[in-house]
This record gives sequence, C-alpha cells and structure tokens, in this order.
Amino acid sequence: MSQNLHPGLNLGASHGDAHQQSELSVFGFWVFLMSDLITFGVLFATYAASSTPIAMAGGPGPAALFDLTSTGMQTAFLLASSLTCGMASLALKYREGPRRIALWLAVTALLGAGFLALELRDFADMIAKGATPMRSGWLSSLYALVGLHGLHITAGLVWIVVLLLLIWRRGVTDLIKTRLLIFALYWHFLDLVWIGIFSVVFLRGLA
Amino acid sequence: MKLLGNLNWDVTPFSDAINDPSTNTFVAAGAASLVIIGAVSVLILLTWFRLWRPLWRDWLTSADHKRIGVMYIVLALVMLARGVAEGAVMRGHQAMALNGGPLSADHFSELFSTHGTIMILFVAMPLVTGLINIVVPLQIGARDMAFPVMNQVSLGLTAAGAALIMVSLVIGRFETGGWTAYPPYTGKVFSPGEGPDYWIWSVVPAGLGSMLSGINFAVTIYKCRAPGMTYMRMPLFTWTALCTAIMMIYAMPPVTVSSLMLALDRYAGFHFFSNDLGGNMMNYANIFWMFGHPEVYILVLPAYGVWSEVAATFSAKQLYGYVSLVTATMSIAVISFTVWLHHFFTMGQSASVNIAFGIATMIIAVPTGVKVYDWMATLWRGRIRMTVPVIYLTGFFILFVIGGLTGVILANPTIDYQVHNTLFLVAHFHNVLIPGVLFGMLAGIHYWFPKVFGFRLDETWGARAAGLWVVGFCLTFLPLYVLGLMGMPRRSPSFTDPAYLPMEYLAAFGAVVILGALAATFTTYIVSIRHRKWLAVPLGDPWDGRTLEWATPAPVPEWNFAVIPEVSSRDAFALEKEGGTPYAPVSRYADITLPRRTTMGLTVCVATTGTGFALVWHIWWLVILCFTGLLLTMIARAFATNTEQIIPAAEVARQHRRWLDAIAQNTGITRDAECTSANRGLAAPDEVIR
Repeated sequence: MSQNLHPGLNLGASHGDAHQQSELSVFGFWVFLMSDLITFGVLFATYAASSTPIAMAGGPGPAALFDLTSTGMQTAFLLASSLTCGMASLALKYREGPRRIALWLAVTALLGAGFLALELRDFADMIAKGATPMRSGWLSSLYALVGLHGLHITAGLVWIVVLLLLIWRRGVTDLIKTRLLIFALYWHFLDLVWIGIFSVVFLRGLA
Repeated sequence: MKLLGNLNWDVTPFSDAINDPSTNTFVAAGAASLVIIGAVSVLILLTWFRLWRPLWRDWLTSADHKRIGVMYIVLALVMLARGVAEGAVMRGHQAMALNGGPLSADHFSELFSTHGTIMILFVAMPLVTGLINIVVPLQIGARDMAFPVMNQVSLGLTAAGAALIMVSLVIGRFETGGWTAYPPYTGKVFSPGEGPDYWIWSVVPAGLGSMLSGINFAVTIYKCRAPGMTYMRMPLFTWTALCTAIMMIYAMPPVTVSSLMLALDRYAGFHFFSNDLGGNMMNYANIFWMFGHPEVYILVLPAYGVWSEVAATFSAKQLYGYVSLVTATMSIAVISFTVWLHHFFTMGQSASVNIAFGIATMIIAVPTGVKVYDWMATLWRGRIRMTVPVIYLTGFFILFVIGGLTGVILANPTIDYQVHNTLFLVAHFHNVLIPGVLFGMLAGIHYWFPKVFGFRLDETWGARAAGLWVVGFCLTFLPLYVLGLMGMPRRSPSFTDPAYLPMEYLAAFGAVVILGALAATFTTYIVSIRHRKWLAVPLGDPWDGRTLEWATPAPVPEWNFAVIPEVSSRDAFALEKEGGTPYAPVSRYADITLPRRTTMGLTVCVATTGTGFALVWHIWWLVILCFTGLLLTMIARAFATNTEQIIPAAEVARQHRRWLDAIAQNTGITRDAECTSANRGLAAPDEVIR
C-alpha cells in the first residue's frame, strides 16, 4: 500500500496500526462524500432552476414562508454540533478515554436532534400555510433539498447511537477509531452543505 | 386497504392471452413462460446436480473479487439473452409492420424500453464491472478490492434491479417511454400504471450499486497497488478502469436523483417534471444526461482497455504510445462531462448553446482517434496471432470507426435537426455500443477466461461466434442508417411507406444472424467446459502475457499472490521472461488475511428486490418490512466481529511450491502453438520484437 497517508483528519502516529489501517476507509469515505456532494449539487441546481415565478405557480414564495430566526437557530445548533464533534475527535486523538468521547458524541447528537426538531417545526408551519411540496415545482425542489439534508442528519443520529453502543460494548478499538474518523467527516460535511442551503435558499430567498 | 396492494390475477400476460387471444398477447405470454421455465429449470438443475451447497459456499456468500466478477458476468449474459431476444422480436415485428404489425403499439414500446434499459444497465454495466473486478486487483498486485463486502453489496443491488425487470415480464407491464423514461409522459397523468415504477425501482438500486463499485475501484487503484506499481507503470486496462471508476462516482448520483424525483412526482404528487404547477421536464432531461453521456464512456473505456491489452499481447509487442493512450483516456473522461446537451439539441436551446456542445462533442472524437492509431501502430510489424480477441479487434477497428464518424455527423446540430429521432440515431448508438463495448467485453472474457477458470475457451467456436457477431451486426444495423436517412422515425410500431421494406427485411435477417451469434457464444462456453482437460492451462500464462496477472497460476488462488510482488517497470512480467528470470522462488511466506464469507450482499439483494416490488404494487406493509430489514442488516453489520480468515503460510507455501515445481518440469510452448493442447500455460522463450 502507498505510504503517503492522507492529510486532514487522522489519528496520528501514536495510534500505531490503527493510524495505518484507517487510511483505506477514510480515503474511501472522502470519495463517497464527493459523490454525495454531486447528489446535493443536482438538487441545488434544480432548486436554482425552480426559483422562478413560473415554478412558484402562484403559490407562496420565500417571503411568506421563511423564518430567519428559526433557520438562524438551526444554523447555530448545527455549527455548535460540529464543534462538539470536533471535541470528540480531539478526545479520540489525545486518548482522553471512552467516557469523554461518548460524552461529546452524545452532546453532538442532542444538538443535531435540536436542529432536526426546529426544521420539522418549520416544515409543519409551512404545511399549515398551505405550502406543501405538492403546491408548486419550487416547493417540491425546496422540500427535496432541505429534506435530503434533514434525512442525512437523521442518519447521522442513528449512526451516533450505533457508535455509542459499540463504544459501550467494546471500548475504543482500532475499528471504532476508524469509524469515529469517518463519522466526523460525515458530520462536518453536513455542516458545510447546510451553510450552502442557508445561504442559497434562506438568505438569498429573503434578500 | 388491500393486503396485496394493486396486485390481482388480471395483471399477468397469461390472463391477457386468455381474455384476448392474439399474436400480440401470445408473444407476451410466451416471454413470461420463458422466464418461468428458465427459473424453474435452473432450480431443478441445481438440485439434480446437488449444486446448492457449492453455489452458496463458493459463490453467493463469497467476497472474493474474482468470484464476484464472474457472477456479474453471468448476470450480464442472462440479461443479454433476453435483450437480444427482444431486439430480434422488434426487428421481426417491424419487418411485418407495413400498415400495422403483429404486436400492439404499447407492447412494442415496452419492448424497446426494456431492451434499452437492460442492455445499458444490466448487460453492458455488469460486463464492465465484472471484468474490472476480475482483472484490476490482479494487474496491480493486490489481494482483493479495497472493500470486499461492499463489492458484494454492489452486486446485490445490481442483481436486485435485474430481478425486478425480469419480474415485470411475468407480473404487470413495464414502462413504455424508452430507457430514458422522459416525463411528463412517464408521470402519473399519462402513465398511471405500474410500468414507470418498475423502471424506477430497477434503475435506482443499479445506480447505487454502480456508484459503490466506482468508489471501490478507485480506492483499490489509488491505495492498494503493489510496491513499485507507480501510476505510469499501471497496465492500460487498469488506467481505463480508474477513469471509469471516477466517472461512476460522479455520473451515477444524477440518475439516482432524477429517478427518485420522478418517483416523488408519481407517488407523492410532487411537481418536479409535471406539466402543471411549475414542473419542468427540461430539468429531467439535463439531470438524466449528466449521467447518460458519461455513462457511454463508462462503458467504452474499459473496452478500450481490453483492446490495449489484446493488441499488445497478441502482436507480442510493447503497447505503442502508452503515454498518449493514458492522456487520451483521461481526456475522454473529462470531456465526457461537457457534452450531455447533444442528446437534446432540438429541445429548445439557442443556437449558440447548441454549437458549444456540438464542438465539445466533436472534440471528444479526437482522443478516441488517437487511440485507434495507437492500437494499429502496436500491431504494426508485430507477430500477430489471429486468435478470437484479435478477430473482435479487427471487427472493432472497421465498424467502430464508422460508428464514430456518424457520431461526428450527429454532433453537428444542423444535421442533427434532420436526422434526430430517426433510425439513423439508433444505427449510430448500436454501432458504437456493439462493436465498441460488446465486442470489447467478449474479447476480454475470451482473453482472461483461462486466468479465472484454468482452461482456455474453444478457439473454433469462439471464432465462429466472433464472425457471426460481426456479420450479424453489419446486416442488422447498417441498413438502419439508410432507413434513418429515408426519414423513418425510431420507435415506430408501424409505418405506411413500402419503400422501407427492403431494408427492414435485411435488418430482420441480420437479427437472425445475431441470434446465431448469441447461440455460438453460449456454445463456446459449453464446448470449452466439456473439453476443459484438453484446454487446461494450469501454469497460468497461456498467451505469453506481459502484465502481472499472468505471473500467477490458473485458476488464481483466492489470495491472488503468494507474496505481494515488487514492480520495477511497465510490462514487468514480459521483461522478466525476456531476461530469463520469471517465477523466482520465494524464501519466506507469511500468513494471509482474507475477508470471511458473508451473506451481506445476498440479504441486501433480497431486501432491495422486495422493497422495489412492494413499491411497484403499493404493498405498503411489505415496503416497511423489507426496507426495515435492509436498514437493520446494515446496522447489524457494524456489530459483526470475526470478519476475517487467515490462510496459514504453510498452505500458501505448499500450493505455490507445487505450482513452481510444475513450471520447472514443463518445457513450455512458443506463440505458434498457443492454440493447441500443448499449451499448459507456460510460454517458452520466443522471438522478442521491439
């Protein structure tokens, strides 16, 4: 195998074999994230192409639907969860013990759940105003883009639960170290996509 | 709510045939019977020959890249039989379609829709994926793919899509809007039935599977190469596999997304592509072809890789213009993402947009032209042996260049306006896909078959099959150019101009020849299995090969290499043979870690097929059951322990030494004798051509 280890998130040489072994999975996951970014890119493009009066089909538009206070709080929750996820990575790298790692992961999950709750509340408000995804092409693309991100967050929450169970049952083994690295990549990636959604959908929609 | 959703006894072609006896319904019922008879006879044969255990142990639960590759190819060959049969039925129908024809218009539409979907996604893709799976780890000196279990899952997902398409022949009807399934026609308003749903739930898992395969191939090639195997020492097939993998990673998500958006339109009343409330079908066309165009290069690049290996090996020369071939491959991979709009020149863009994409399309022909010259220069003054792969190569040279030239013609938007949606287009893409992809894959199978199974394929029957494919292709598809220029629209279930008839008859006759080619292809495999003792090449190098995969026994052991080789040059094995130092003894063997057998791929396959079928027929409890099963399988995998097996060093040493001893006792054969039974897979020193 190639000896040039991947830059960026890694365990550091002090983790011995685990440092080497994680290379394949971490690199593979980077590649998957590139592919996933195309998925989001397609939905961003569809959203952009649907942000026209024709695609809104006389239905409610951004001004009537978007609540910057709520999306701002969602952004805060998600950015904070990225910070705590980073703390979990540092706890892993500097061997602060399974308890510390699990604690930061649990906080990350709570913040993620908070984000999701606010997002679902926004969706419920929109639906109450008659802005269902079936109302117009623009709303279809809005729900698809924001909803897919929400679905990713949900998957991330399930993932955290699985990781916590694994740490609880087996401790921080080499395999779990790799999985923690991969999860961190995933979670930060979702943060990045959210920044895109917040700017392109919500800020631009109200600008 | 009904327990079985929309399912009832009236959805099978058999009830159609009883209620409305006609040629049309009998053809459909006959096809459905073939699926059932085929499935039942496979079950009976497996039981009769007591093959269930080996099938389960050695194949379905194996994570070995070679076995997964073989299963991909078997899947592709089964689907190829159906696809060719459908093509023949369509040509037969059209030859009788002056003022009507035996089949109904809807039935004819189902035929071209399933034919296209099957040939692209369930024949060409699994052939390419299977061959890459088998060959790449061997060529780069790796033990397996980077992610062996994910490899199994990819196969499971592709097989699930294929299974659903086979089911659609027996239960219900398939979609009638072509393999591209353009909305709004495929939306709920115009196609309320189950057809487009069958298409969607076949395409989505296959697309996901291919995306995962792409990741696996790319990571394997980037990270699992043997020491010394630098990028510019990789065999060309591996280079094309790398480019194909990168394209799969980027091009597969769009088709998954556009299909799921179509599903949301159909199931949940969204308005992505509908005619009303702000839907826009042009979004579909753009997203679909963001996948669709790179897709054709995903398919053809590995075929280019096969030609590169075949041309070098069977002319006993180093590949001419290695660097230019690598550059051309990379260029094609990049440019292929910038030409998608040429699939809909006539759908409303301005002339300046059209011409930009027209020029990009013409440019992509340049690197392909470079490659054709490189292969010809490789053959130049070589010691060419007219083996089966070289017969395919010859057919490819002439026919593919014609197909490429008609592609350049179609790249001109003004001409495209005249011939778009005619049989000229149908002739063009068959002309690149059959001599390009299919010939390449059949040549590749013939070339690497002995590596996997330990015996060569029969040359006589192989040559017959190759000849029939070439002739059958010419007779079937060249007349379609003429019909297209005469103005005959593609996808016509009937026509009124008798001037089309002569060429229609010729094409129908060609379809019979292609059926013969298919039969000869299968006969090749059967005859070769019968004569496997005579054709055996256990020493592993039947063609005087040049690259690493030929420096192993045939069949290759599960661990590929007893010790991971060190590579010091391009064509390293050929140089070792020239220098008289191949098959060096190994002083120290080590334990080898391999993935353990797992049912992961099979479980994913069953659960995905179940989810898809239940979604097609709106059987919601089954959707929940199967999808939950799918998720739980994936979560449970995270908890799996003991996923690896150790092959003891002593066992590796025993097998490797036995092989080296057999080589030492064999005198080998020169290239002239490679198609005789004297060929046991050891190449004697022969003339070196520079």
